[in-house]
Amino acid sequence: MRLGFALIAVLVLIAIPYFGAGMGLGMLFGVIIPYLALAIFILGFVVKVMGWASLPVPFRITTTTGQAKSLPWVKRDPLESPYNGWETFWRMFTEIVFFRSLFRNTKAELKEGRVVQGSTKFLWAAGLVFHYSFLVIILRHVNYFVTPTPEFVTWLQFVDGFFQIGLPILYLTDIFFVLGVGYLFLRRVGISQMRYLSLASDYFPLFLLLAIGLTGMGMRYLWKVDIVGVKELAVGLFSFNPVVPAGVGPLFFTHLFLVSFLIAYFPFSKLMHMGGAFLTPTRNMPNNTRAERHVNPWDYDVKVHTYEEYEDEFRPVMKAAGLPLDRDPDGAAKPEDANG
Amino acid sequence: MAEKLKPDALFNVDYSPPKKGWMDTTAIDFNATKGNWNFAATPESMEYLDMPNVRKWQPYEDDWKLPNDWQRILFEGFKKRLKKFRSLKVFMDICVRCGACADKCHFYIGSGDPKNMPVLRAELMRSIYRNDYTLFGKVFGKMVGGRKMTMDVLKEWFYYFYQCTECRRCSVFCPYGIDTAEITMIARELMWEIGVGIDWINTPAANCFRTGNHLGIQPHGVVDSIEFAADEVEEITGIMPEYSFNRKGAEVLFIAPSADYFASPHYYTLLGYLMLFHEIGLDYTWSTYASEGGNFGLFHSHEMMKRLNAKMYMEAERLGVKWILGGECGHMWRVIHQYMATLQKPANFLEVPKSPITGTVFEHAKSTKMVHVAEFTADLIQHNKIKLDPARNDHWVPTYHDSCNPARGMGLLEEPRQVIHACCNNFHEMPENTIREQTFCCGSGAGLGTEENLEMRMRGGLPRGSAVKYVKDKFGANILLCMCAIDKATLPAVMDFWAPGTEVGGVHEMVGNALIMTGEKHRDTDLRGEEYPIVDSQAHLAPPQEEEAVAQEDQADA
Amino acid sequence: MRDMPKILLGLLIFVLLALFPVIYNAVTADAGTPPDLVIETQNVPGKSDCVIPGEEMRTKHMDMLMEWRNDVVRLDDRYYHDDHGRTFEKSLTNTCLDCHSNKDTFCDRCHTYMEVDPYCWDCHVIPQELEGGTR
Repeated sequence: MRLGFALIAVLVLIAIPYFGAGMGLGMLFGVIIPYLALAIFILGFVVKVMGWASLPVPFRITTTTGQAKSLPWVKRDPLESPYNGWETFWRMFTEIVFFRSLFRNTKAELKEGRVVQGSTKFLWAAGLVFHYSFLVIILRHVNYFVTPTPEFVTWLQFVDGFFQIGLPILYLTDIFFVLGVGYLFLRRVGISQMRYLSLASDYFPLFLLLAIGLTGMGMRYLWKVDIVGVKELAVGLFSFNPVVPAGVGPLFFTHLFLVSFLIAYFPFSKLMHMGGAFLTPTRNMPNNTRAERHVNPWDYDVKVHTYEEYEDEFRPVMKAAGLPLDRDPDGAAKPEDANG
Repeated sequence: MAEKLKPDALFNVDYSPPKKGWMDTTAIDFNATKGNWNFAATPESMEYLDMPNVRKWQPYEDDWKLPNDWQRILFEGFKKRLKKFRSLKVFMDICVRCGACADKCHFYIGSGDPKNMPVLRAELMRSIYRNDYTLFGKVFGKMVGGRKMTMDVLKEWFYYFYQCTECRRCSVFCPYGIDTAEITMIARELMWEIGVGIDWINTPAANCFRTGNHLGIQPHGVVDSIEFAADEVEEITGIMPEYSFNRKGAEVLFIAPSADYFASPHYYTLLGYLMLFHEIGLDYTWSTYASEGGNFGLFHSHEMMKRLNAKMYMEAERLGVKWILGGECGHMWRVIHQYMATLQKPANFLEVPKSPITGTVFEHAKSTKMVHVAEFTADLIQHNKIKLDPARNDHWVPTYHDSCNPARGMGLLEEPRQVIHACCNNFHEMPENTIREQTFCCGSGAGLGTEENLEMRMRGGLPRGSAVKYVKDKFGANILLCMCAIDKATLPAVMDFWAPGTEVGGVHEMVGNALIMTGEKHRDTDLRGEEYPIVDSQAHLAPPQEEEAVAQEDQADA
Repeated sequence: MRDMPKILLGLLIFVLLALFPVIYNAVTADAGTPPDLVIETQNVPGKSDCVIPGEEMRTKHMDMLMEWRNDVVRLDDRYYHDDHGRTFEKSLTNTCLDCHSNKDTFCDRCHTYMEVDPYCWDCHVIPQELEGGTR
């Protein structure tokens, strides 16, 4: 049901521009919506991150995943248990660039009368393949956004199409992207626990990404569109000189609308893990709390049970047990202990 | 209930989730799930700690006797905490439900209950967050995982947030470091605002507030207990160890978890401390007022943690000690390492800890001024300041259980191993995905170690029990060492259940066994009073001469 | 809160990256000018129209050239017959470049604009260079 809801939502999103663009609404789908979406994306992202940033971090709750710095001869792990800002930077770097935590993934199974944790790298690999393909695809698209084309795009196109399969040359990242998204979807429906915990808002971005990928690939490999017109439109958008060239076709408007929807939806969804990954307190703080005092900005005094109250309650038994007392049995302060 | 529990039956875990969605299931039936939850806090303990909504109630009763506006209280409380903890807000927002955490939880592995997957445990809270504080949740409701806070949801909160031991194993694997312990802690402190919580947390907290320790031992009880232990040391070694209480001017204040005074097998660790500190001539004192290392406030609320923790520094300042040494305990060290300096005012009345024996300055503790006894002992061993005969532990084939908090909330992994290696010849590690930062919880931490919760404890203990059974079958391991009072209290039951024949002991019990004390008599039993079984080792044990010193150096080099 | 400067720096990088195309276009002179194609030999006798209509040619020329190449090289099929009874030699140099003899103003403008690098010219000679006798 949750899967169906997400699927229908994406199908509706495909239908709107596909039929809408034909009705002379090119300006709406080609200019107004993309501008709105980009504005919502950037502003929404910034507002969301600033919202997190403005919140206090009362405690330093680093998750230590390796030996901390302690005694000089104890071999420590600076990445897994960073002690200073620089080491924490590298921990975060490996986390964000290589998905380090996910690399640790294991699979628990009941085998031969015991629980066994085997290593499993599929999720890590699929995640990495998907995210990096997506990144390369976005960077390649810069070709459509600007003119003249920057050097790095030429280089990426060359590498991505290195095997010169077909014409237009097949980009490997296109295939990897679909495989990556496909795997993430299949494990979500194929593993019963994953299906159980998945929400419509988990399926929806996957369907949306798949639709974006397939419409894009459709335009490149199957139903070719006038890419000069496409670039004219995109460059126009990005130089605030919008034009809607004739004949770019409904498939392109569908692709553009889905992308617009994705980026507008981004700041309000789990996709914000892109920004949140940087702000997670268990990873982005050094594990040096015993050495450097961390201050809680909203700290307040609490009711405590003082030694005086304790001694007042237990004085007779303390005296009987021969424990030293701050006050004599009548409760008067002992002069010799006055400055303790 | 305990009679019905059988390992074979529990081992057949059914991991297939129910047909109905997780938001459509019916309310928890507390009568049908006996053995999987804990009794409610007593009015007396709640009264003592000035808790709201003091009353007598139990989770299996239909009426939880909540305040009329309990939903509003939770709503406001949640909102307040979303503004106070970036962790909470970020963790509510960014989970992608990738499921990497799912089979990392010992309670999920042992129970197969999908709501014990950390992701769904957090979703119990996230669903309320979405419904109450986000636009999408308000508009699309259940489709995007939003739902209203109802009595049924509250029952789920109570059930599942007290089926989390805050062990943080899931947070190791989460690509965004989402820490279920943080979510559980905040869910629990929210529930306390309407007077919903469990007794095994509240009563120890109340005890600790009043008497200084969780067990509610009064000052003379603490004294009796340690005197008794000292007598026992004398009986075994012929040496009466020096010790003192509440002594002003001592160099070091030593604080151990209170279970060490009374409970078994903690007690043998206590003997180890007494022997070690006597042997090195440490100028230290015990305190009857700060007589608890642990802090059940951590399992209760941030405020309660601060209230209980305050005693350590207050007592250190009153006694005028230079620094504080802490005993073998798990969650105690999460509090000390990650919270204490922040909770309390700067401890400027103390000095940066420096071992009076080796001269080592514990720079990494220069703000908190508290040192872990494993760090302290590892330093002694490194500098050859104590004589150890590991052969005295030859009847033990130990393996080591990293306690959750020192492992994942501190990074204390090598020091205890250095100590164990110096004290034992037959040490073997458990499989690599079950130790160090990936260690499995005992299944009874965070206040869940009760009799009434026995079934869930045994389920949660399955992965740990399994790993021990592996080293038991492979290497003949017969003792599981650990540095946590809750472990020592609850792992014996887990071992009896999943790896029968394995004892549980402390690291400093091994130190006590191996320690060659100056002027000791011929020792023919270990700290447990068990006779050394092998005749050969008796010869080896004879007088501690140069041979031992050489052996010591070898270990130091290794 | 204390890490605000770092977060602001991060957000600045994010915004700059997200607006990279805008910034780039603003600083490059020829932004927004679509290529203007010139067909130099428009009135070649008997060749008033292209092989297929220009609109279609825009999106299909690469497929057609690929097909022609394969036909000629692998099948020795050298002639293309269209629906109007016209026949063309399947040849880039002899047919296409006959009209579009100006590679730089016809082919290259779009190819450069779109940053495509067809490997046609790896083998085929470039007409004007031929005329100029540079090769």
